[in-house]
Amino acid sequence: MEMKHVEGENKGKVILYALSTCVWCKKTKRLLNQLGVDYYFIDVDLLGREEKDKVIEEVKKYNPVATFPTMVIDDDKVIRGYKPEEIRKELEK
Amino acid sequence: MNQEVKEPTPEEVDKLYKRLDKEAEAAGYHLNPDIEFTKELVRSLLINERRYGYWACPCRLADGVKQEDLDIICPCDYRDADLAEHDACYCALYVSGSVLRGEKAPESIPERRPAREDRSQFKEKQEGKVPTGTSKPVWRCRVCGYLCAREEPPGVCPICKAKKERFERFM
Repeated sequence: MEMKHVEGENKGKVILYALSTCVWCKKTKRLLNQLGVDYYFIDVDLLGREEKDKVIEEVKKYNPVATFPTMVIDDDKVIRGYKPEEIRKELEK
Repeated sequence: MNQEVKEPTPEEVDKLYKRLDKEAEAAGYHLNPDIEFTKELVRSLLINERRYGYWACPCRLADGVKQEDLDIICPCDYRDADLAEHDACYCALYVSGSVLRGEKAPESIPERRPAREDRSQFKEKQEGKVPTGTSKPVWRCRVCGYLCAREEPPGVCPICKAKKERFERFM
């Protein structure tokens, strides 16, 4: 599974599980770009069946209902949905 | 599996946006007044139509098999409940009157779609005789709740335009 890397300031390991068609996911990416943080993302809807199933299992570890966007910071802090205030709080530290 | 499809043109997006807006207003629903946001969703609906053959919800991960996705074909089975509770559907394509008037702003909301086994398309269909005192079976639109008593559900819901396959036997 290949994640796309957006280079920026290191605020920890930021991973975003997203859908290419989802407007809340697009807003999350825009906010991350605006904050200038380093992050990795994957558009799960663009994957083939096998890879998609694998990534869903991975997302479920952090978010059992596997909704998008799901953001994971340092394998620990999980933000489900587009939550601009929460994202800022975590990444503007 | 290649999920790349031809990009919808701005004209195609505009045409579908106008149609959805007209249909929504005629049935008492409202599209999100943030036109840029709404057109992005309309564009995603067109992408999903090309990818899957139907308007799978842009903000949920579609399976790609229609029967699996039946409850999340836009407008989804959950729109009305989310409008009532959160003033917007899951994507915020459809919003309440208070959002339309600018009294509230739509947000990213929790998912209400149940686990697969609890989805209405997999529940056992109510078969059997027409109840006593009813001359015809009653069909319910799972999208908007419209009820009608006739031998077969209508091809398209006269209220919300959902297709025949979104009707369930009610009585």
